[in-house]
Amino acid sequence: MIPVCPTTALPPGEATRVEADEPIAVFNVDGEFYAIDDTCTHQDASLADGWLDGCAVECPLHASCFDLRTGKVSGPPAKTPVRTHRVVVQDGLVYVQPGSPADGAA
Amino acid sequence: MSRTIAVVGASLAGLSTARALREQSYDGRIVVIGDEVHAPYDRPPLSKEFLAGTASLDDIALGAPDDEDLGLQWRLGTTAVGLDHLSRSVLLEDGSEIRADGVVLATGARARRLPGGDGLAGVHVLRSLDDAIALRDDLAAGGRLVVIGAGFIGAEVASTARKLGLDVTVVETQPVPLAGPLGADMGAVCAELHADHGTRLLTGTGVAGLVGTGRVEAVDLSDGTRLPADVVVVGIGATPNIEWLAHSGVALGNGVLTDAHGATNIPGVVAVGDCAAAWSATAERHVRIEHWTNALEQPATAVTTLLGAGEPAPTPVPYFWSDQYGARIQFAGSRREGDVARVVEGSCADRSFLVVYERDGRPVAVLGMNQPRLFTRWRRQLRAAVPTAP
Ligand code: FES
Repeated sequence: MIPVCPTTALPPGEATRVEADEPIAVFNVDGEFYAIDDTCTHQDASLADGWLDGCAVECPLHASCFDLRTGKVSGPPAKTPVRTHRVVVQDGLVYVQPGSPADGAA
Repeated sequence: MSRTIAVVGASLAGLSTARALREQSYDGRIVVIGDEVHAPYDRPPLSKEFLAGTASLDDIALGAPDDEDLGLQWRLGTTAVGLDHLSRSVLLEDGSEIRADGVVLATGARARRLPGGDGLAGVHVLRSLDDAIALRDDLAAGGRLVVIGAGFIGAEVASTARKLGLDVTVVETQPVPLAGPLGADMGAVCAELHADHGTRLLTGTGVAGLVGTGRVEAVDLSDGTRLPADVVVVGIGATPNIEWLAHSGVALGNGVLTDAHGATNIPGVVAVGDCAAAWSATAERHVRIEHWTNALEQPATAVTTLLGAGEPAPTPVPYFWSDQYGARIQFAGSRREGDVARVVEGSCADRSFLVVYERDGRPVAVLGMNQPRLFTRWRRQLRAAVPTAP
């Protein structure tokens, strides 16, 4: 598991990027934490820089939308889903587990 | 008999139109006509990743797996040569015609060429996939590249060519590149990227002619300079593909004239993307926008108009981006002469900044270099600030 930050450092509506083999973006949606691959599957943009809209993030470059819960594309031009990663909150710290999909993700 | 909608143009605007038709519950026949033989592909990478050889044809394909379900009838490699507005038929170059209940004009634009530049090997424009393949092959030989025009395409080609190791000179007639879209101050800042990366930029000088027999050897400038060249790229803008509509009765100007929601003067005919000049309430004139985002978003509005299915969505805030020399430039909004540009984050010297353009103290546009996160916030804010009524 990779430590991300204290929960207090990632308030609702915010996102942060974690360096891993493939960088990961971690989001706080109203107190729920979600993690997906940071690099947009369309071209080269960091989704942690994107815009959070409910449970979706809009890519900062060409506005592809991804569902944070499933990684699925909810708006073009991206064609391929992003991978989701499991997030664990323990003792006030946020961790991600790269490679193991979030519960409920396809 | 079921209804037919003909979409003339098979690039981003045409494909987005087909998707929007299905999304808005149209279940009749859709025929998509495209003059290129290629299935829809994305143009922005043609001056960047595709030209550099790091993106393949597959990577830049626009079609998604789900598009199979759209049930489209493709007529690729077929040029539309006319439109009969009484029968709403699209006439094709092979003499056949497609009768339709609705027609979407999405024929795009083509690269402007240098008068007298045709017929010389080594002289390129960059608009289509075939253009990009030909240029890529020529750049692979290395040598000296002269880019005519320091707009976004020209700058991106220069940047890619530098990465490939070519010696690059960019020639621009205007005293400052990009002054039109960005204003002179910020245009000058963005143009500094050329020098940062070893590209020579010559401004305020026109091209007198191309030199060479069979193959280009040099570019003569209006100030008398002769620039030796192995490859020349002409990036001096684009012209809308509307000549085929000359006798159709469709009102034309600098593009197909439409209202704010894509309707032309002919009922059942709408226009989208680079070929369309839509009425802009803010600019108080018809504006033809060549941005990728416009070709992506505008079709949904035009389709609502065509199907007569309720209120069209508000016009989105114009947005474009450019990737050059490793820097990401993003712009959103509508800038006019006289707007005041203010740096609100970072600094131009660091090549990382956010600039807000203000008119009467209100933000009307925003420019970012290597500031994607902050830029997105400002772009959102502009979107929210735009009045919904046209
Ligand atoms: S890079 Fe994300 S939508 Fe294009």
